[in-house]
Order: sequence, then C-alpha cells, then structure tokens
Amino acid sequence: MSARRDPPVDLALAREHGLSDAEYADILAILGRTPSFPELGIFSVMWSEHCSYKSSKRYLKRLPTQGPCVLQGPGENAGAVDIGDGLAVVFKIESHNHPSFIEPVQGAATGVGGILRDIFTMGARPVASLDSLRFGPLDDAKHRHLLRGVVQGVGGYGNAVGVATVGGETTFHECYRGNILVNAFNLGVAEQNRIFRARASGLGNPVVYAGSRTGRDGIHGASLLASAEFDDTSATKRPTVQVGDPFTEKCLIEACLEVMSGDAVVGIQDMGAAGLTCSSFEMASHAGTGIELDLDRVPQRESAMTPYELLLSESQERMLLVAQAGREDEVIQVFRRWGLEAVVVGRVIADGRMRVRWHGETVVDIPVDPVARLSPELDRPARQPADLLERQKLDPAAIAPESDWNEALARLLDSPNLGSKAWLYRQYDQLVQGDTRIGPGGDAALVRVRRMDGTPTRKAVALAVDCNPRWCWLDPYAGTVAAVAEAARNVACTGARPLALTNCLNFGNPERPEIMWEFAEATRGLADAASALGTPVVSGNVSFYNETSGRAIHPTPTIAMVGLLDDSARYAVSHFRAAGRAVVLLGENREELGGSTWLAERRGLEAGRPPGVDLAHERRLAALLADGVAAGFIETAHDVSDGGLAVALAECCFTGGAQIGAEIELGDAIRADALLFGESTGRVLCATSAPERVQELAARHGVPARRIGTTGGDRLRIARASGGVWIDAPVAALCECHARAIPRRLEEP
Amino acid sequence: MFSVIQLPGSNDDRDLRFALKSVLGCPAELVWHERRELPSDTRAVLIPGGFSYGDYLRAGAMAAYAPVMAAVRRFADAGGPVLGICNGFQVLCEAGLLPGALVRNQGLHFICDFVHVRVERSAAPFTSRVPAGSVLRLPIKHGEGAYFAHPDELARLERDGQIGLRYCDARGEVTAAANPNGSLANVAGVRNARGNVFGLMPHPEHAVEAEFGGEDGRAILGSLVDAVAGSAR
Repeated sequence: MSARRDPPVDLALAREHGLSDAEYADILAILGRTPSFPELGIFSVMWSEHCSYKSSKRYLKRLPTQGPCVLQGPGENAGAVDIGDGLAVVFKIESHNHPSFIEPVQGAATGVGGILRDIFTMGARPVASLDSLRFGPLDDAKHRHLLRGVVQGVGGYGNAVGVATVGGETTFHECYRGNILVNAFNLGVAEQNRIFRARASGLGNPVVYAGSRTGRDGIHGASLLASAEFDDTSATKRPTVQVGDPFTEKCLIEACLEVMSGDAVVGIQDMGAAGLTCSSFEMASHAGTGIELDLDRVPQRESAMTPYELLLSESQERMLLVAQAGREDEVIQVFRRWGLEAVVVGRVIADGRMRVRWHGETVVDIPVDPVARLSPELDRPARQPADLLERQKLDPAAIAPESDWNEALARLLDSPNLGSKAWLYRQYDQLVQGDTRIGPGGDAALVRVRRMDGTPTRKAVALAVDCNPRWCWLDPYAGTVAAVAEAARNVACTGARPLALTNCLNFGNPERPEIMWEFAEATRGLADAASALGTPVVSGNVSFYNETSGRAIHPTPTIAMVGLLDDSARYAVSHFRAAGRAVVLLGENREELGGSTWLAERRGLEAGRPPGVDLAHERRLAALLADGVAAGFIETAHDVSDGGLAVALAECCFTGGAQIGAEIELGDAIRADALLFGESTGRVLCATSAPERVQELAARHGVPARRIGTTGGDRLRIARASGGVWIDAPVAALCECHARAIPRRLEEP
Repeated sequence: MFSVIQLPGSNDDRDLRFALKSVLGCPAELVWHERRELPSDTRAVLIPGGFSYGDYLRAGAMAAYAPVMAAVRRFADAGGPVLGICNGFQVLCEAGLLPGALVRNQGLHFICDFVHVRVERSAAPFTSRVPAGSVLRLPIKHGEGAYFAHPDELARLERDGQIGLRYCDARGEVTAAANPNGSLANVAGVRNARGNVFGLMPHPEHAVEAEFGGEDGRAILGSLVDAVAGSAR
C-alpha cells in the first residue's frame, strides 16, 4: 500500500535530474530495467559532478598523494598525516560556495558544520578552523550583506561548537560578484591507531543512524545547486540550502568521539552531500559489501516523506555508523546520553547490493559498485583561452611611475584586499580549547597539539591558506605553483616544517573548454609544486560551475598547508617584537610587476605574467627558517607577498599590537615601484638580534640574505641607498589605514 | 575538589579543568548536567563558557533549569563558592543566583578579543590574590555580554561593593572606549550580596599560561584555589 505518487521515469525526467543521455543509457544497462524514481534520484546525485568528480578525476589522479608521513590520502572523509608520538592530524578543506551566495548565514554555517563532520568522522577531535572567503567589491550593497552574513554563519557555527577559528584569508574582486567563494578548512587530532574509516564491514552488522531527524531540506543540494551554474532564477533554489544546528553538532562531536574511543564501532560516515544515499554507498563500496536499509525506521522531522526525499535529503548533523553485531545498544546509549536520537536502520549484507525497503515494499535494489565506483569519467575538451596572451601582455615602459610613495602605501594598506581582517576574525572564537599560540592576522596560525586525553605535547601545527586568483587568471599553472609556494612559506615563517596540503579547486563551468584548460593547468601546477616541496596532497575538493550567466570566477585553487613545529617553545611571529633588531631580507627583489596588487589598485591594470617561483629556493628558504627559529635567533619572519616589500614592512610594524617602527635602506638596481610594491616570490623579512648568524645560516642554505635596516622609533622610513627617501610615515597612521579598510566600507566603528 | 559543570553545549569545560588541574595543580572534575547531587567532596563549583543547550532561547535560560542546578543552588545557599564564566555567568543570572542580566552586545557582533579589567575589590574567594585597582588582561569571547540591571539595582550593587570587575584601559581608567560590549557602568563581573557567587564575562581559564594568553587569569582562579585550600585547613 503505497501512498506516494512517483512520476514515471523516462529520459526526459533523467535530463531534469541533470543526467546526460549517455548516463541514462548506462543506468538502463546496469539495472537491465527502467529505474524506479528513488533509484533515478540516487544515480543523479551519485553521478553529479559534486559527488563523482567526473570532469576532474583524470587530472586529480596525477597529484602526488603519497609520502612517508601520509597515513590516509584522498578518498576518505579527510586526509591524515603522521606527526609522531602516535598522533595524527586529520584535515581537509571544502567549498560551500553556491549555498552561501543564496543564503549566506546558513550556507556558510553548514559549510563549517560539514567540514567538521569530515574530521570527527575519522576519529579526530576538531581543533582548528580556517576559512578562505572571496566576495565581490564592497561598494556593492549585496556584497556587504554577503560578507556580514557569511561571517555571522562561520562564527555562529564555529563558536557554538567550540572549535577555534584561527586564521584564513578574505579577498574582494569583481569576478566574484556573481558567485562568492566560501571554503572552510578544519584540522583535528587523532591517535594514529584509532583512525576510523567509512567501512560497512562484517555481514549482519547493524547500521545505526544517529543525530538530527531527516527533513525535506537540502534535497538535490549536491546535484542541482553545486553542479550547475547560476542564473537569474538561482534564488528559487533557496529551499535546497540546508539549515545548521551547531548545538546538535557539538553533542554529535562529543558522542561520536566517545563511541569511537571504544571498540563497538566498525565504520562511520557522515551524511553530507546526497545524505543517506551517498554515505551508505560509500561505506558499502569501501568494504565490498552491501547494505539493507529500512526507511520506516529513519527518524523523520516531517510527515509523509517519500523514499525519494528520505534518500536524498541533506538535512545536517546526521551520522551513519556500523556497529559490531550485538553491541548496537552500547552505541545507541552514548548518543542518547548526549540527547541525540540513534536507531538501527539496517544491516550489512553480502551480495554487494543496496536494498531499500519502505512500507514493506522494495523501492531500491541496485548494485553498489557501478553506482559508487564506475561513475562516469569524462575527458572534456580543454582549450587555452583565446585572450590569454593578451592578458599576459605588459609593457613596463608604459606604466606611469608612482609620484607619491607615502600615498601609494597608505592607499594599498587601505584597500580591502590588503587591509586588516580583524573585523571578521574578532567575530570568531580564536581561543577555545586553549591551544592558540598564534591566531589570525599573521602569516600562519600556530596551534599546540594535545593528546586525546587533553595532555599537551611540545608540538604545534602551523596552518595557512592561500591563493592569488589574479595570478591564476593570468597563468593558472604559475598561479597555482605560487599558491602552494606561498602557503608553504607562510607555514615556514613560524619555524614549522611544511608537511602536507589540502586543496579546494574553485573553477567555472567545466563544460567550457577554456575552464577545463584552466583546471588542467592548475592541477599540473599543483602536482609540480607539491612534489617539489615534498608536501603531498592528502585531501581536497573540486567546486565547478562557479559562474553566473556565463561569467566565470577567476580560477581559484585554494591551498591549505599544514606544517609541524617539533618544539613549540621556539617559534617566530610575523611582526616586530622589539626595537633595535636588525631587519634582514631573505630572497631577492626582482623587477616583477605583472599581476601585482599595486598595478591593479594604483593603475587599474590586471595584466602581465605573475612572478616566477623557484621551488628549489623555496625549499631551501623553509629549511633555513626552521633552523633559524629552532636555534632561537630568528624572532620575526614575515612573508613578502601581496603589496610587496613596503606593505610587508608596514605590517611588521603594527600587526603585533604594539607599534614598532623601522629605518630601512634599499638599493635601487630595479625600478622603485617594483622594488617597493612588486610581488617577487621567495622573500621573507626577518628581525633578529644576531644578523650575522642569520646571514651565515642563509649562506649555508644557499639563500640570498641582506641586512636592510633596524627596528625602532614610531615611523616607517624607507630610504634609497643612493640618497633620498621613498617612504616616511608614522606607524600609527599606517596602522589606522590598515585597521579601517573594511570597517569604514561597512560604515561601522 | 573543584566541580566543573558540564552542560550540553559547554565548550570551555575541558579548558577550565585543564587550568585548574594541570596548571594550578588542584583536583578538578567534570560534573554531568543530569546529576542531581554534586560529588560529596565538592569545595567549589565552576560553570564554564559555551553555548548551553545551543543558547537558542536566551543565553543561559535553559541551563538555569538543568537538573544539576538545584544542587548548585543548595551549594551556594550553604555558602559554597560558585564561579560562572561567560555562559556560566549568564546561567547564574538566569538562575537568579546573581543580580542583573546579560544582553546582546552593543554593535550586535560576537567579540573575541583581549580586554583589560580593573579589580574593584580584593576579597576572598575570587579576587584575594590581587589588590583593588589592579588591571588584568583577559580574553572575552561572547555575543551576549552587555551587563544590564535596573538603575536602582545597579546603584545598590555599587553601594554594596558587588561589582567585582570593570572594563578599563591598560592604565586602569574606566572609559567608554574601553567598554567592548555596552555593559552598564563597564561591569565585567559581579558577585552576590553574600560574596560567595561570582560571575564574569572574561575568561580567566584562557589566560593561565604565559604563551597562551598570558597569566592574569590566575589572579581569579588562583584566589579561588587559595580560598578552598584555606577553608580545608
């Protein structure tokens, strides 16, 4: 007796579900019959771009994913890396772009919730979050609204679950006006021998559903929202955005970690994209088993839900666990103690099929592997954009030289891209769990590592997230190499050794050959840079279709790097700590203005080739920093990046709270705008009381090092060696420009 | 033993236990919210920060009715020291164990930052380690931390010396600019009339290690440790 009225399944309905004609033919061949309506829904989400990676797979296979420290590479909920002492860090970054554009508060909140579940599902306690946010210009009221909403969502969720947000990056560009990016990163710590995986092992073992009830929210979030570009009707997709409940998530974290500390759980998976469907298929596929589900037992928030809705709902804060047979009550009791529902909804079966029953009727009966593993792999056409060479053209002689250097520096510090992000991160709890040694506002965050029982270790992890989308637009290969290099350099600036990375590849519509070419180039750059720096890619996420009405975002391959500092008593910060220290520049100033912030902000030009990256130099630089910090004579190390040397020096003067000036003298072998504002890679500013030791160490590592000045006073003064002064400004005034950049545009104090 | 109440949604419970146990060297345990009795060797009760029950109704409103709160009330009525930090302060106000209320921050944003607070009175069991007028640097992290009380009540609190901490600048001046959240009279912490129940919005447990937020939080938690040690003798 079925009360539901499913529509008849045919090719037209399959197309409405986003399936191609060829994919529908494959489904008919796999089943040997026409799929039922819920089955069609399952195929459509499992084979969506978002879940199947069908356009990106062939490129992702080329990434370096192995290394001596890798315990778990891509393919699980998150990557896991050995940090010694029997401990592992588990981390991943993931996008929640489209939902955040449509409903910024809930979109961003559930992005944080989703990435947290990926981490604690592995048996790790989530300890630190980062976010990488991209908006349109702040003179657009819509983007001020989106910024406020996203920050409220990230903070509202992260603060309430008790996980510190310790860093991130936020930039503004015209290309995100129709499609913002919200990439959320989390890192957790686990005991190596207690890392859990999504496995439905053990025939007859019970399948337990735990957490929130299933409602009608988020149906087809993965397939329709995340796997298609935006147009004028996108607001009508608001019902596909899920709603977050951080309190339930907090209880779920504690309950899951508690059950995973025992041995009653065999496998566990969160219900994320495509909900119950995706989690069941992945668990069965990984274990080579099948699963039998009884939908009538699934806790439901609304009445009269159909099998289709129950299987495809993306209601948040839900987990699927496989328990040892006979021990399901133990597991259920823990969830109940935390005030959460937990019920047995099925069991593991042998025949490799997913069999779903509802009201006594079998509504789904399909083989697991063809759906989970044999999803389509596309080789989409890729073609270099016709205007690429045009973008890369830049005649330095035609660039008007800067006339007022003080004004130029002030304006750069006041730009939303280079200005302080304190307005955002003051709204995030940066301290909970008590391990934040360096919080937001520097090159990288530094977080002490604790054992699962709460005992602190001497170790700390350094975390940074980076991408320069303008560079990636001018040259996706070089831009991605630079993103990996900068993320590694940021981590190295604390004294930590870069270990491994995760990435979130945000691109436009892959059905367009130019986008596919950008993607191919970016992944080639990612592979080369990750290999050269010895930092394998252990997890990641691809987000395509970031475009509106045919206008794509700049390619934005966000790189999050994790580094390890063995003795966290010794670390460097990115600001000056005291007066009278020598300022030493590591690396070389080259005449590279292509793609620079100065060129964009002061000359309105986004052109040229991005600065080159010497990966061997970056590796030597990281080794030098690790040695210098461990030996205790590098106390400040700050990466020279967006805005160039002058901006980096200014940041050193005021980002530590106390304002400390500096007297700097630079040689002028290259043109002054390139010297002061060019963004040549591979450079780090150090402050030290032992400059000769830094220079000695740099020589040993084969890194150019030059003393360029001394800290002290309340002004930043940058003079030219051949006479004259470029910049001479009170640190307080520079700090004010930097501090007010975002609040003044939001008309807030 | 220091009993740290663990409410569903408590976030700083383990941090507080760590500060007491591992940093200050005192026995401290988490006490589950469903317990109807405190452990018999409880010498002080601490209610930690977080978002109890999600704070979906009003910060601390649900937690004030948690089963363990009846036992906390009895403990306080018998003169036992009770300290509420952030959400714990909100819970104590909602439970009527402390006067006043904590409302949405002026400016409406959640704020995480380091602030200065001036110790208004040096007294056991919460501020005996520091003289009146001392300035402490402590972190705040809250969205609903603006202290509010009826003008008559506020006048009474001022008169009876129940205002324990005020937001101030680094030199100890109580100014409007130093008030992060719009609290009346810059109030950052208050005690009850008897002096054995104290609530504050700043987080002393996140300022007990030099390299992790400084050590000024020891002034508060250390005073409580001294008080408990003193009463045990």
